[in-house]
Formats: sequence, C-alpha cells, structure tokens
Amino acid sequence: MSAEKIMILGVNHKTAPVEIRERLSFSSDPGTPYRELKIIPGCEEFCFLSTCNRVEVIFVSSTPGETEKKIRNFLFNNSMSYEEAGKYVYLHQGEAAIQHLFRVGASLDSMIVGEPQILGQLKQAYRDASEQDAAGMILNRFMHKAFSVAKRIRTETEIGSSAVSISYAAVELAKKIFGNLKNKIAMLVGAGEMAELAAQHLMNQGVAEVIVANRTFERAVNLARCFNGKPVSLEELIPQLEHVDILISSTGSPDIILHSKDVKPLMRQRRNRPLFLIDIAVPRDLDPKLNDLDNVYLYGIDDLSTIVDINKAERNKEAVHAERIVTEETLKFMLWLGSMEVTPTIVAIREKADVIRKAELEKTLPNLGNLSEKEILAIEKMTSAMMNKILHHPVVYLKKDHSHKDKKVKLALIRKLFNLDPGNSD
Amino acid sequence: MGYLLFQITLFAYFLATAAYMVYFWSQRPEIRTTARGILIGSGLLHTLYMIVRYIEAGHTPLTNHHETVSFFAWSLTWGYLSFHWRYNVRNFGSFVSPLITILMLIATFSSREIMPLPPALKSAWLPVHASIAIMANGFLALAFCGGIMYLLQERELKKKRFGLFYTRLPSLESLDQLNSHCLAVGFPLLTLGIITGSIWAKQAWGTYWQWDPKETWSLITWFLYAALLHQRFTVGWRGRRAAIMAIIGFSAAIFTLWGVTYLLGGVHSYVG
Repeated sequence: MSAEKIMILGVNHKTAPVEIRERLSFSSDPGTPYRELKIIPGCEEFCFLSTCNRVEVIFVSSTPGETEKKIRNFLFNNSMSYEEAGKYVYLHQGEAAIQHLFRVGASLDSMIVGEPQILGQLKQAYRDASEQDAAGMILNRFMHKAFSVAKRIRTETEIGSSAVSISYAAVELAKKIFGNLKNKIAMLVGAGEMAELAAQHLMNQGVAEVIVANRTFERAVNLARCFNGKPVSLEELIPQLEHVDILISSTGSPDIILHSKDVKPLMRQRRNRPLFLIDIAVPRDLDPKLNDLDNVYLYGIDDLSTIVDINKAERNKEAVHAERIVTEETLKFMLWLGSMEVTPTIVAIREKADVIRKAELEKTLPNLGNLSEKEILAIEKMTSAMMNKILHHPVVYLKKDHSHKDKKVKLALIRKLFNLDPGNSD
Repeated sequence: MGYLLFQITLFAYFLATAAYMVYFWSQRPEIRTTARGILIGSGLLHTLYMIVRYIEAGHTPLTNHHETVSFFAWSLTWGYLSFHWRYNVRNFGSFVSPLITILMLIATFSSREIMPLPPALKSAWLPVHASIAIMANGFLALAFCGGIMYLLQERELKKKRFGLFYTRLPSLESLDQLNSHCLAVGFPLLTLGIITGSIWAKQAWGTYWQWDPKETWSLITWFLYAALLHQRFTVGWRGRRAAIMAIIGFSAAIFTLWGVTYLLGGVHSYVG
C-alpha cells in the first residue's frame, strides 16, 4: 500500500475567510457530503470533518489526482473554478497528509493551540464515516492512530493544562476559589455559546446541579434539558442565589440585572460561602461593585481574557515538544504502511512460482507414462518443497525490519528481480 | 554534646527551608520530596537534642527562653508534619519552614546556660503546663501561615493580577479549611494550657488567678480565638476575616510569649 494514496483536502481558518468556510460546512444536512462523496469514482475510503474553523475531506484513492479534482468541485459546488478554489484550499498527500491529521487531532493546527474540542469533533467525524460505511482498513487505522497520538501529546506535554478558551479560564478560576467543584451549584443566566460552553465545562468538572434562568421560561426549560438542570424564571434570580456558588451571566439586557445591594444581605444567609460571578455579557449584567463584597469574586470578559493570554505563551512552548511527537508518530505510521506493501509482494512471488511449477508439472507428467497416484503426489510434494526452499531466503530478507527508506529500495529490487510488475519494467 | 547537636539541627532546618524555597520557585515534585525528607530529619534531630538537654539539665528543658523557643519550633515542625500526613496543602511548607528557622535562630541567640530550677517550678505541672501551652502556639502558628497564604491568594483573585502566588497556592477553600483545622487543634490546647496553669498556680501560690500580665494576655489571646470560632460557627465567618483574625490572634499569642516577659514582667518572668 503506497502512502501516496492517502490525501487530505481542506480549508481552515488560516487559508479561507469564514464566508468561504461556511459555504463548505454542510451544516444544514450532515448526510449530504457522505451521499455525494460516495459516488465519486476512485474515492475508496473517506471521512468528512467539519467544524467552525475547518472543513476537511480525508480520503484514500488509487487515482488521487483525479479524485481530488472531483472532491474539490463537489465541495465548492461548482461556485468557483477549480483554480480559483485553489487559493483557499490546502492539499496534503502521503507523509504530509499523515502529519497533518496528527497535528489537527492534537490541536496543534487549531486557532487556539491546545483547545480540546477538536479531538471530540474528529472522533464524531470518524463515527459518522463508519456509520456511513465510508471508512475502510487504511482509514480505520489512520484515524485511530490520530486519536492515540492526540492522547499521547496530551499526557506527555502540558499543552492541555492551562486554560486557553474563556470558558476554560472560568473553570480554572472556579477551582482556585472552591478547590473541588463537586457539590457546587452553577447557575446560567441568559444564553449564548460561550456561557453554554462554560456550563458544559463545569458539568464535566462534576458540579452537582446547573440551574438555568431565562427571560422566557420556555427557553430556560429547553436549555436546562441540555444540562440535566433545573429551569427557573429570571424573577427568581435573587432568591436562587442563596444556594448558587457559581453564576454565569450573559443576557442581552441593556441594564444591570444584579446589584451589589441585592447580594449583600444574601451573603449572611449564605453563611459567607464564596460566590463566583462571571459576567460575559456586553453590556454588563452584573454590578462591578459586587467585587468589593467579601467572599464575592466577580470576573468580566476582559479579566478572563487576561488569564487566556498568560496561558497562551506557556502553550506555545509546549507545542514544540508536541511537534516532535507528531514527527515520530508519522514515521511509525509510514513504517506500518510500508509493511502493508511487503505482504502483497510475498504473495505475488509465491503465486508466480506456483504458476510456473504447475505449468511445468502439466508439461512433464503426461510424458512419464503410467504413474501411480502415490508417485504423482510425491512429485508434487517434491516440487513444492523445492519452490519453498528457493523462496525461503528472499521472503525472510523482505520481512526483516529495515529502515523506511531501505524497505522501499528492497521492495523495488525484489519486485524487479522476480519481474512482478511486467507493465512498468524499465 | 548538646550544643553541637543543636547546631546540626539548626543547619538541617536551614537546608530544609532552602529546599522548600527552591521548590516554591521551580515547582518540581522531586525537590518537594527532598525538602520534606530533610524536614523530617531535622525534626528527629531536634527531638534527640531535647532528650540530651533533658539529661544534661536534670529537669524538663522548658524553663528558659532558649528552651521554650526551641520547643516552639519543635511543635511547629511536628504540627506541620502531622497535618501533612492528613491533607495536602500545596506549598504550605514554603511558608512554615522559614518560620521554624527564624524561631531556631532566636533560640541560638538566647542564653543556653542551664540554671538550677527555682523552687516554685519544682512541680509535675511544669512539663504538662509548659508543653501544652507551647504546643498550642505551634498550631496557632500554622493557622497564621495559612492566613497569610489565604490573604496572598485572595488578593490576586480579587485584583485579577495573576503573579507568583496564583498558580502556586492552593484554592481559597482549602486554605480556609486549613485555618479551621489548625484552630480546632490549637484552641483546645490553648484552653487546656490556661486551665493547667491555673491549677498549678493554686498549688504553688494558693490562688487560681492573680492577673499577672502573662495570665491576662493569654486570656486576651484566648478571647480573640474564641470570638473567631464563635463567629465561624454561628454566622459563618470565613475567608478573609477568619484569616485576618488568625493573624491577629497569633500576634497576641507571640506578645504573650515575649512581649509580656520583656515589657511587663510578672510572676512568669523567670521564663526568659
């Protein structure tokens, strides 16, 4: 199996603006790309990855050039010419493709290096591909390897340890205040991607309950379902605060919804248990004076960004270490692909020898006159044994571990020696 | 013999403190293990020193300034190590070990001369009362260190300036827990120290309480801690206020130990 059969065609935040990426994401119907890509001739195995920062098709094809052309035309839906689309896409083949996927999975190619969501998205993409019967032997191995490389990088480097997204920073701070988040109650006021993400992270950290408050109760009920939480109306905000430990606010309200004077008497009822308030709304939801109360910690979006910046520098340092792991794992995968080439070669040699043996037997046996069944079997056995003995050393030589480069040379030599590819002999 | 042992102990504490400082800076776990090892070693040497001192003096070595301060450092060390065994508070050692070393330095510079025991102190109450009172100080000192750590961490969280302490210090919750646990041991010891002192006073001088400055100040200290604990249990005083109270309380305890002796005098003044 030649590594050159593996290809990745895609766009990401570095190569294409969001207007272009949106057009390729097929977010309305995730089934479309699978239906359409499957009928492209030569597209033997494929996986379709679509996130807000990237759209990629990972595919295996024996005619990579032509298949790529058709995939690209499908992706851009013929809205621009093949050459024009070339300005926005990147195309990796063989070793470069392997390295690229490993980097994507380990979040080294992300907009925020080290953010953990991408691995989940890649796993989902692979699950979809498996369900649609689009992944085969090569892709199965390739994707699983990408997951394990990502995991290795996460454990061996510190790349995932510091908060880089706003929502992660919020969780990190909560841990500095409360230590353990178990038995803590979080409250989500309003909705929004960032707030929901923060709530999701808190859930992952094991908070006991998520309470969702919204101006419209119906929305609160819907959102609460996502977190297995309890919906309340916005009027209940202040009485609920008696039990809440972490509050994330992101309403569209033009005014402040929680004043310092509302919380002050509450702190006594709370027996001064710390209260962590996160305000990610613009304009602000929470009174800035809240931070002056004892045991109340108020963080706005700018404060959280500061933490994100501190952690970014740390991450880039760790990324260097991670790149080394990617290089190492890419090499290992190339070796595996190489060994995939050895087996068919051995089979081909044996088949060729067997064909010759059988042909010669057919020619010779009739001339020998009357032979008993037993004698014919003996001759067959002898010729097989001769063939096996002659082929034994070449096969052992092929199977022996050599460096990746040596293996290629060796394979080429053996194939030429036995004339296994008569079409392209030189 | 005793003196040499003391010098070695002091040097070991120095080493432990230095190791804890390096750990605080580098945060490498193997240095932490080393630091803890050295501290345990120092604590054992210190115990040995006190046994030797007991043999040399022929009575409980808790009668002069050198001996009390040295015992104070000893209780702080073992108090810290016993807490360490139960829960893990990150970088606590980097705050406690310098305090131990400072106490040991103070002990170095006070007179080590062994004086004959004054008749008033010849009692079985001497080891009981003095050791309980000083051990109470050891745990109160731990609460003091925890209080300082709390204030440092709280400050960075409130001001949103994340410097040296934010990543290194544990969460506010665990520092507050530390405060309450240290007081849960320290306060009963303090109470017991006052009660045993009072019983001894009745035997030695015929009266339970004579408003000697040391007695008065230990009562003030006791009230400060009692107020803190009362507020914690009734209205849930915690966090910054509890940390500040632990620091104020410890200052009063230190004043009872030294300030009273040097500034106010009184019947306890032979301890000095």
